[in-house]
This record gives sequence, structure tokens and C-alpha cells, in this order.
Amino acid sequence: MTTALPLAVKEETNSGIWSWLTTVDHKKIGTMYGVSGVVFFIIAGFEALLIRTQLAVPNGTIIDADTYNQLFTMHALMMIFLGVMPMGAAFFNWLVPLMIGARDVAFPRLNAFSFWTFLSGALLLTSSWIFGDAPDVGWFAYAPLTEKAYTVGQAMDFYAVGLLLLGVASTVASLNFVVTIINMRAPGMSWFRMPVFVWMIFVVAWLLILSLPVLTIGLVQIYFDRNFDTNFFNPMGGGDPLLWQHLFWIFGHPEVYVLILPSMGIVSEVLPTFSRKPIFGYSAIVFAGLSIAVLGFAVWSHHMFTTGLGPVPSIVFSASTMAIGVPTGVKIFNWLATMWGGSIRFNSASMFSIGFLALFTIGGISGVMHASPPIDTQQQDTYFIVAHIHYVLFGGAVFGIFSGFYYWWPKFFGRFLDEKLGQIHFWLFFIGMNLTFFPMHFLGVQGMPRRIYRYDADLGWETWNIVATLGSYLLGVGMLVFLYAVWKAYKSEPDAPDNPWDAPTLEWATSSPPPEHDFDVVPVVEARDPLWYDRDNNITREKTKDEHIHLPPPSYYPLLISIGLLVGGIGMLTTLMISALGVLLVFYAIWGWVLEPTS
Amino acid sequence: MSEQAHSVTGIDSRKLLMWIFLASDCLFFGALISTYMIFKGNINNPPYPTDRIVNGEFFHGLLNIPLTSASTFVLLMSSVAMVLAVYGAQNNNLKMMKGWLISTIGLGIFFLLFQVYEFRHFLHEGLGISTNQFGASFYLMTGFHGVHVGIGVIILISLLFGTFRRNSLGPDTGFHIETAGLYWHFVDIVWIVIFTLVYLMPY
Amino acid sequence: MLSIMKRKTVFSFSAIIGIFLSACSSWQTDPQTTVNPKSDMAYLIQDVYVLVSWLALIVFVVIMFAIVYISWKFRERPGVEAQQFHGDTRLEIIWTLIPILIVVTIFIPTANAIPKMKSDPPANALQIDVVGKQWWFEFKYPELNITTANEIHIPVNTPVAFNLESTDVIHAFWIPQLGGKVDMVPGHSNKMWFTPTEARKEAYLGQCTEFCGTSHANMLFRVFVDEQDDFNQWVNDQQSVAIPAQSELAKQGEALLLNNVAFISENGSAVGCVTCHKIEGTTAMGMLAPNLTHIASRSTIAAGVFENNKENLIKWISNPSKMKPGVSERTGGMPMYENYLSEEQIESIVAYLMELQ
Ligand code: HEA
Ligand code: HEA
Ligand code: HEC
Ligand code: CUA
Ligand SMILES: [Cu+2]
Repeated sequence: MTTALPLAVKEETNSGIWSWLTTVDHKKIGTMYGVSGVVFFIIAGFEALLIRTQLAVPNGTIIDADTYNQLFTMHALMMIFLGVMPMGAAFFNWLVPLMIGARDVAFPRLNAFSFWTFLSGALLLTSSWIFGDAPDVGWFAYAPLTEKAYTVGQAMDFYAVGLLLLGVASTVASLNFVVTIINMRAPGMSWFRMPVFVWMIFVVAWLLILSLPVLTIGLVQIYFDRNFDTNFFNPMGGGDPLLWQHLFWIFGHPEVYVLILPSMGIVSEVLPTFSRKPIFGYSAIVFAGLSIAVLGFAVWSHHMFTTGLGPVPSIVFSASTMAIGVPTGVKIFNWLATMWGGSIRFNSASMFSIGFLALFTIGGISGVMHASPPIDTQQQDTYFIVAHIHYVLFGGAVFGIFSGFYYWWPKFFGRFLDEKLGQIHFWLFFIGMNLTFFPMHFLGVQGMPRRIYRYDADLGWETWNIVATLGSYLLGVGMLVFLYAVWKAYKSEPDAPDNPWDAPTLEWATSSPPPEHDFDVVPVVEARDPLWYDRDNNITREKTKDEHIHLPPPSYYPLLISIGLLVGGIGMLTTLMISALGVLLVFYAIWGWVLEPTS
Repeated sequence: MSEQAHSVTGIDSRKLLMWIFLASDCLFFGALISTYMIFKGNINNPPYPTDRIVNGEFFHGLLNIPLTSASTFVLLMSSVAMVLAVYGAQNNNLKMMKGWLISTIGLGIFFLLFQVYEFRHFLHEGLGISTNQFGASFYLMTGFHGVHVGIGVIILISLLFGTFRRNSLGPDTGFHIETAGLYWHFVDIVWIVIFTLVYLMPY
Repeated sequence: MLSIMKRKTVFSFSAIIGIFLSACSSWQTDPQTTVNPKSDMAYLIQDVYVLVSWLALIVFVVIMFAIVYISWKFRERPGVEAQQFHGDTRLEIIWTLIPILIVVTIFIPTANAIPKMKSDPPANALQIDVVGKQWWFEFKYPELNITTANEIHIPVNTPVAFNLESTDVIHAFWIPQLGGKVDMVPGHSNKMWFTPTEARKEAYLGQCTEFCGTSHANMLFRVFVDEQDDFNQWVNDQQSVAIPAQSELAKQGEALLLNNVAFISENGSAVGCVTCHKIEGTTAMGMLAPNLTHIASRSTIAAGVFENNKENLIKWISNPSKMKPGVSERTGGMPMYENYLSEEQIESIVAYLMELQ
């Protein structure tokens, strides 16, 4: 549990590769999530640029059909599972313990295990490109196209095994954070004093805990269908392709809230700080988040309105889907009211958050449009849907994440991201985003289907396609600007004060970057915005270090278990003998883990 | 793991972890059971789970309800034994705990052996995992349940060895047994549901 | 300062609305538009669509205006402090009620339209069975005894009922101007019906809109809505058996096509056309591929992707995958005959096909 080592010694062993491989520090794990997330985001973005280049003109010839199909499938999988989710994980790893005044998560080694398993799954899935067999059936992989008869080769096995590993990683991380939030709060950090961000992560973790097992079963069934000749989804053998659709979307819809809620949490932190006033309607925002989560489990069939769903389920799922607009609307209005009467400072962080409000609302509105089944039959599988998903995913989730980067970078690394570059980045993203994705509404209305690698010339789709493609290049340039800003910050001297923005939440109470033990003194919380409470009441808190800070020692067992799982996964793609080896390794590592002294 | 001294709620984090994991596992089995229920009655080639006459030809059903009832009873008894083991642990009664833990393990292994027997019997009767939808959903569901029982047995055996090693109830052993007990009871309850749906409800 | 801002806002708003409106007007005439209904069902959808679009536009304008206004009004200014307040229950109730109101407004017409869309077709409806296959559509008129592919004719002002199925993966049936998308799920049989309201010479474009593999993008179809007389004429033509080849070249082609053995060449052997295709009135009885009895009467080949002419037919038979990726590669797909037949042979076959009016 604890180390007898004096802190000074610990700090020395704190660098080098080995320290990263064996770390159980939530901040380092957060950084690793962030780095991998950004890297995969760039790869997935690059795939998107290839897609856009192919579609720029009718009858594009740059990419052949099969490659194109792989591109959009991998683009979506990598953006969602390897880009946005880990970037979200980077924030909650970094911030949840700091925000609730804890020294670490409840299970630090388990946390490391989550990261390494995520990386294993990510590498396995991505490696399908190297083996020339990237999945090419769309990210929701409708059966029976995924059956052996229609998708030869290993593409779908990569999909199934990769997502299984990623699912394990997310489930374990979620369990860990739910327990952390329930049990590790600092004295006085009651439920309704928790920052909204922490609430949103709490909701996200529950969404994953309850939806991932369903996907897991679906993936196992795909795997069995392909490798052991079962017929779960194969109609020829008595199976039902719609079963897969239900299993996938029971997971898939909660998943989209998994993507957006961390960003909503970030916006809920950034807007009050830069409006210089507390968040408006704290409990309404929290309860709205909770009801989105609950409703989120009751709407999955809105992805299946055209499958021949009966009239009654159509009406019911339409109603529940539209209902989600209400709590979400409450959030939007409360954020606006947070800005109302404020003294809004415009910088990269707040601009990305305000951009979020605008863009997410657009995506939400189109979402409510296709919540109406009659309309959806004219929109489904057209670019109208592509517009919707990118407004909520890129304009929503990704804008929130970048807002968070600009806001917390000084806290994480002790250095500011260049403000001027940040604003250039914002405008490139904001304009590029609207140029890329707004015309897709028009394309949808003009009847352009999604997932087509070519289209005829005389359908009236040329103009908006070329506009969209040019817009997407702006996004690429914007991303390069961001990377340059990161590089610049990396090269600069650390100069960030503890609380540069005069922000209200606990993470700003400790130094920038925080010490390995997070807080010299475990804070005592007396109000919802603790630092503003202290500021307004002229309270200065004692800063002397606690005498004995016990930190969990580093461990390589988490990495070892993940490697075992990876070997197991590789076995599932090659021969099951190798899997047996992986399982042995897992058992060995668990054994070592259990017996490893933690004190 | 930083074995929590710190817990706001007073519930040990590890036990909380187990509870939440079990919530997740509910959905895991929920999906398996739903698959089974969707395919229920939708089988057009033998072997069938229950006696059936198709086009005048009689097919013997596979399921042996009395036999499986017995093994279900065994699993239920293992839950009782688990309760008593936990009781022993809580009352610092090492001998009682060990005795009942061994019984739990024994009963669990018996259940697993019966499952192996049942699978082999079904295979012998011609029901493979790809034979029909009953085979696929039955093997997947009960197979995953079996894996859960197996993992439970391994956990309990490890705990048992732990007590041998120290020959006393360490500070945490009682707690570990309790948490393992949660898991064990959950797996039992899942079996009751599966047993009811597969064996007791008419196919 | 403010007035400049205001003028700018007004200007950019009118610019946006201008672009929007000009975009709107061209949507109407685009060939595959979703907003120019030409059947009763499409009108039904359109009514809901228009209502919801207006509401969406209003919410959009209001929220965007609010964001811009608040950002401007409450920007950081020297000497102006932020007001400190935490919430206001009355306000919060109001802006819970407003979305509820909007949602109810769009839910009611939605709930009204759904049962109509899913209702059973009238008894006098023309029945058409459609089967989606990788990557083409097979159409059968069971009552009229017609089998064709990728192009159909239907009479105006008569209800048409489609029975939608698939024999391989999921496809979808969508003719935006005539009705909403319905999936074709193997093992299920979905229904759809509508009454077309406008006959015209150009086809209504349809497309498969559920991803179905390599050539999903190349799975199109055409629907011709005819006046009743033209339709009757078409039915008559389609019901007749194929006419024997006329020209010398076509005769050679016919003989070659119908003779399965001819396809065994020194380059290796391939199955002949008759294994997969059917030509009514001949020995070609295949069931796996588009019916070719009246292939020359169709305006396109390969599921609406290429114009039906000599060059394209030659290219197609020589190497279908070059024109439409994946066709030869999939199991049971059409072979690349350039590997088995000489150019002259292929030309003769095409000559025959082009006579199959
Ligand atoms: C971050 C991800 C995210 C989010 C947050 C959402 C949010 C919503 N989505 Fe979206 N959705 C996706 C990601 C997301 N979606 C993806 C990835 C797909 C496609 C998957 C695929 O096919 O590949 C999809 C597809 C999808 C479909 C299926 C379309 C189809 O395939 O035919 C539907 C249908 O109902 C839908 C609806 C909604 C609704 C009603 C919301 C609501 O939650 C939105 C609520 C928000 C607002 C309404 C705006 C703010 C509110 C106000 C300002 C108040 C006033 C307004 C009103 C009351 C109207 N979505
Ligand atoms: C979080 C999710 C997410 C994000 C962020 C994005 C971001 C983008 N998406 Fe994606 N997209 C999806 C999720 C996402 N997408 C999903 C779920 C689908 C459905 C897939 C399916 O049908 O199965 C989809 C489908 C999809 C399509 C439809 C494909 C089709 O149906 O045929 C298109 C087409 O334009 C597209 C484009 C883009 C673009 C241009 C971006 C841009 O925003 C990307 C911007 C990022 C960058 C540009 C990265 C920076 C790159 C560099 C730094 C490299 C160097 C730079 C240069 C060379 C200039 N996406
Ligand atoms: C193994 C099966 C197979 C064989 C043999 C075969 N075809 Fe085809 N053919 C197909 C399929 C499948 C299609 C539809 C492909 C598509 O559009 O995706 C097709 C399409 C066509 C079309 C276009 C039809 C339309 O309506 O669009 C023509 C013309 C054609 N084939 C001619 C021939 C000729 C001539 C031969 C023999 C020399 C032949 N085919 C042999 C399977 C076959
Ligand atoms: Cu058929 Cu897409
Ligand atoms: Cu959804």
C-alpha cells in the first residue's frame, strides 16, 4: 500500500522509459492516454483527408473502392475508440483525483492496466492496416456482411478482437473511476460540491459499465460465427442480422454520450472560469446529465427506423429520442445563463467552449430531426447523418477536448500553450469545420448517400463536395498549428503559476505541474467553488507538507497482464495455442500482482 | 492496490468494485440470455432440447431436467456453504471457514464436472455449437456461466491456500472471502435464471 | 461601435439565409433530391419534414443569436464586474418547458404519419417483389409474370406495393422522390407502398443506401413512372419471349452464348452465360444474375451505373470488375471473359444482346 521510501528518492527514479512502463501515477497515465489519443486522432484525421480528397470531384480515382471502404471504417473506429475516448480518458485520469482532492485513484495499478490494455487493443486494431486487412464494413459492421461468406480474410476478426480488448480496458477504467469518485473524495467534497466535470465522468463511467458487456457479447458472437461456424447473425442458418443491430446500438447509443459528456464537463468548467461567475443551475446541469444517461439506454432503435420496425416501437423510440433534446436543451440554456451577466474573457480555451455551444447545438438539432422516423427514412445513410455526427462529434466532443487542452495545459505541464497560435487554431477549426460539415446537410437533402467511394457527375453534388474538401484541408492546417503550439510549449521554460486563470476548482490549488503526490496537504472543502470561496473569504490555506505521504510503488505487473491479453488476442487471430500462452501469462502476472507487496 | 484506508462512504473500495462489476456482469448475462430467448423455439433441425414430433417423426429431447435439477441443487448448496464460510471468517473461526470453503469449492467443482458431462453428452447426441440455434446460444450462455464458476473456484482455492500459508486469518482474508462470496452468490443467481429459462420453461 | 456590429450581424445573417435559400431552390431540381415529393407517401413525409425544418431553423437562429449576443454584450470590459448568481428556478422551468413544447409539436405529426407509412397497401396495388443482391436489384411482377433487373416501370396514380427481400447481405431500397428508405434484410421481408403522382420521361433515381460491400456505391436503380398506356405497352413488351438473333454477327453471338461448352478455351475454362443468366425463350435458364431477355430495352447496365451501349457492354463482358469493383471477385460473381473469349467473340455476344429489345 505504501512506500517507506522518502519522497526525495522517489522523485529520482521518476524519469526514463522504465518509469513510464511501470508507473501507477494517474497523471502519467493521463499523459500517456493523451499522447496516444492525439496520435491516433491525427492518423484518423489523415484518413478523413484521404476520404475527402477522393470525394472532392465526381468519379474520384485516387482511391479504389475497397481501400475507401477500409478508410471510412477505420476513420470512424480510430476517431471514436482510439482518438476521442482516450483523449477524454486523459482528462479524467488527470483531473478526477485532483478535482476531488485525492492523491490517486482507488486502484492505481488497475488504472495502469487499463491504459496498457487500451494500447494493446489500439495497436492490434491499427495493425490491421499493416496486414492489409483493415475492416471495411463500416464502424457498426452490420451482419451478415461481417460473416465469413462475405468478408473473407481477417478484417472482421481484427475488429472483434480489437474492440474486445478496448472494451476490457474501458470497463476496468470505468469501474476504477466510479469507485474513486464514490470513495476518494476529500473531506467536505460532498456529492453536490463536486465539479460538474466529475459528475459527467461519473455518468460516463456508468454508461460504459452497463453498455460495454452487451457489445462484448455481440463481438463474441461475430467471432464465433466466423471461426466456429455458429449462425448467430447468419439468416441462412436460422440466425438474425437484426440481433446484431440491437446488440450494437444498445452499446452504440450510450457510447455517443460517452463521447460527448466529458466535453460537456470541460465546457462546464471553462465557461464559469472565464465568465468570472459560478455555473448557472448547477443541479439542473447535473440532473440533466443523469437523465441523458438514463434516456440514452432507451433510444437505441432510432438507428433502426428503416429496418422494418413496427409502428409502435417506431413511435416509442421516436418519443424517447426526442425527449433527450429536453435535458440537453436545459444544459445549453444554463451554459448561456452562465455567460449572461459575466465578464467573459476570450482566449483559446473559452473560444473553443463557446464554439462547442454553437456547433453542438447545430448537431443536436439535426439529431432531433432524424428522431422523427418519417424524416429519418429520407435522411438515413445520407450525408445529412454524416453532418449530424460530425457536428456533435467534432464540433461537440473534439471542440470540448481542445478547450480542455488550452485550459489545463499550464496545470498539466507548467507551461502555457501559445495564446495567439491557439486563436489561429480556433478560427481554422471553426471555419474549416463549418465549411466541411455544413454543406453535408445540403448534400444529404440532395440525396447523396454516405459510404460511397464515387458518385456520378450530374447529380448536383459537385459544388458542396468540393467546398467540404477544401474545408477539411483547413482542419488539417489547424491541427498542424496546434501541434506547433504544443512543440513551442514543450521547448519553453515552465512559467505557469498555480492558478493562472483564477479558477475555482481544487486542481488549481496545487502547484503547476502537480507534485507526484498531488497535494501537499489534503484539502478540506467547504463550498462548491472551493478556491473562490477561499478568495472571497480571504482564507489562506496552510501549505506545509504532510509528514508521511504514502504512494503506491511502481509495478510492471499491469503491463505484463496487458501483454498477456494482447498475446491472447493475437492467438485469436492466428492459432488458439498462442492464446493459451497469453492466458498463462495473464495468470502468472495476476499471481505476481496479488503477491506484490504494496506496503 | 493502495488498499484503502480512505473511504468516504465507509464501504471498502474493493467491495464496491465487486458490486459495480457485478452490475456490469448482469448486462453481460442479460445479452446472452436475450440471445437465447430470441432463438428459443426457432429451431428447425435436430437435436431438439425437448421431445418433439416433426413430420411424424419423433425426436428425443436432449435436456434431462431431473439430472440438471440435481446439479442446480448442488450449486445452490455451494452458496449455503459459502455463507457459512463467510460466517466463519467474520467470527474469526478459521476451522469453520476452511471447512466450508473446501465444501464450496468441492460443490463448485462438482457442478463444473456435471457441466462437462452434460456438454459431452449433448455433443455425443449430435448437438454441436454450430448444429442449430439452440446449440449456439445454449453453449455460449452456459459456457460463459461455467467460466464464471471456474474463475470463482480458482479464486476460492487461492484464498484457501492463502490461509494455509499463514495458518491464520490475516487481516484481509475475511474481507476477501466476503467479497468472493458476493461473486459466488451472483454466479449462482444467474444460474437460477438460466436454469429456469432453459430447463423449466417449455421450449 | 454597436451599430457596426449590428449591421455586420444583419449582413451575415442575410448572407447565410441567402445562401440557404439559393441552395434550397436548386435542391428541388436535383435528380436525387429528397425534398421534391412525387408520391403520396413522399408528400406525407414532406409535410412533417417541412414543419420540423422550420422549427429547427427557428431554434438554430435563436440559439446562434443568443450566443453571439451574450458573447458580445458580456465581454470583458475594464471596470465591469461579473454579476454573481447561481440560478433561477423560474427561468429554468421556462426553458425546460420550451423544448418540451417544441418536441411535442414535432412528435404529434410524427406519430400521425408513422401508422400511415406502415399501413397495408390497398388491395388493387400493383405487386412488385424486389430482391437485393450484391450489387444489383432483381424485380419481379408476380401477377404480370415479368422478371427484370435494375429498371422498372410503374403506372402513374396506381398504388404500387413492394415486397423487399435480400438473399445475401443487407441492402436498402430508396427512391427519395417516391418514398422513404426501407431496408432489405435477409431473412425478413419488408413492405413499402406508394402511389406515384407524376408521370415523366426521365427516371426517378433510386439507390441502395445500406452499406453492402465493395460496390455499394454502384448499386443504383431507376423507376419510370409511365402513363397507363405506356405502361401497358411496356408490360406487353416485357412479357414476350426473346426474339432470335437477326444479324449475322448476332447469330454467332447467340450460338456462342447459348453453348456452355464454348467457354472452355486454351486460357482455362469458365462457366458460360447461361449458368447465371436467363433469356426467356432460349436455353439460357440461369437464376443467379440479371434476366437478359430484354436487356436492350434498359437504358443502363450494371445496376444503373453505365449507359447501355455497345462499348460499355463490351467492356463489361471483358472485365466487369474494371467497371464495377468486386463483381468478379465475389463468390459466384461474373467472370472476366477477356481471359476466355476473343474480342470478336465478345463483340458477337454484344451484338446479340443489343438485339434483345
Ligand atoms: C457525440 C455524439 C452524439 C450525440 C451527442 C448525439 C445526439 C443526438 N443524436 Fe445522434 N448520432 C451520433 C452521435 C451523436 N448523436 C452518431 C455517431 C450517429 C450515427 C451513427 C452512424 O450511423 O454511423 C448518430 C445518429 C443518430 C440517429 C440515427 C440516424 C440514422 O442513422 O438514420 C438519430 C436518430 O434519431 C440521432 C439522434 C440524436 C439526438 C436526438 C441527439 C440528442 O442527444 C441531441 C440533443 C441536443 C439538442 C436538441 C440541441 C440543444 C437543445 C436545445 C437548444 C433545446 C431546444 C431544441 C429542441 C427541443 C429541438 N442520432
Ligand atoms: C469522433 C469522431 C469523428 C471525428 C473527429 C471525425 C472527423 C472528421 N471526419 Fe468523420 N466520421 C466519423 C467520426 C468522426 N469523424 C464516423 C463515426 C463516421 C461514420 C463512418 C462509417 O460510415 O462507418 C465518419 C465518416 C466520415 C465521412 C463519411 C464517409 C462516408 O460515408 O463515405 C467523412 C467524409 O467526408 C468524414 C470526414 C471527416 C473529416 C474531414 C474530419 C475532420 O474533422 C478531421 C480533422 C482532423 C485532421 C485533419 C487531423 C490532422 C491531420 C494532420 C495533422 C495530418 C497532416 C495534415 C495535412 C496533410 C493537411 N467522416
Ligand atoms: C457466375 C455468374 C455469371 C456469369 C457466368 C455471367 N454473368 Fe453476367 N452478370 C452476373 C451478375 C451477378 C451480374 C450483375 C452484376 C452487377 O450489376 O453487380 C451480371 C450482369 C450482366 C449484365 C448487365 C445486366 C444489367 O441488367 O445490368 C450483362 C449484360 C451480362 N451480365 C452479360 C453476361 C454475358 C454476356 C455473360 C456470358 C458471356 C455473362 N453475363 C455471364 C453474373 C454472371
Ligand atoms: Cu446494396 Cu448497398
Ligand atoms: Cu443514437
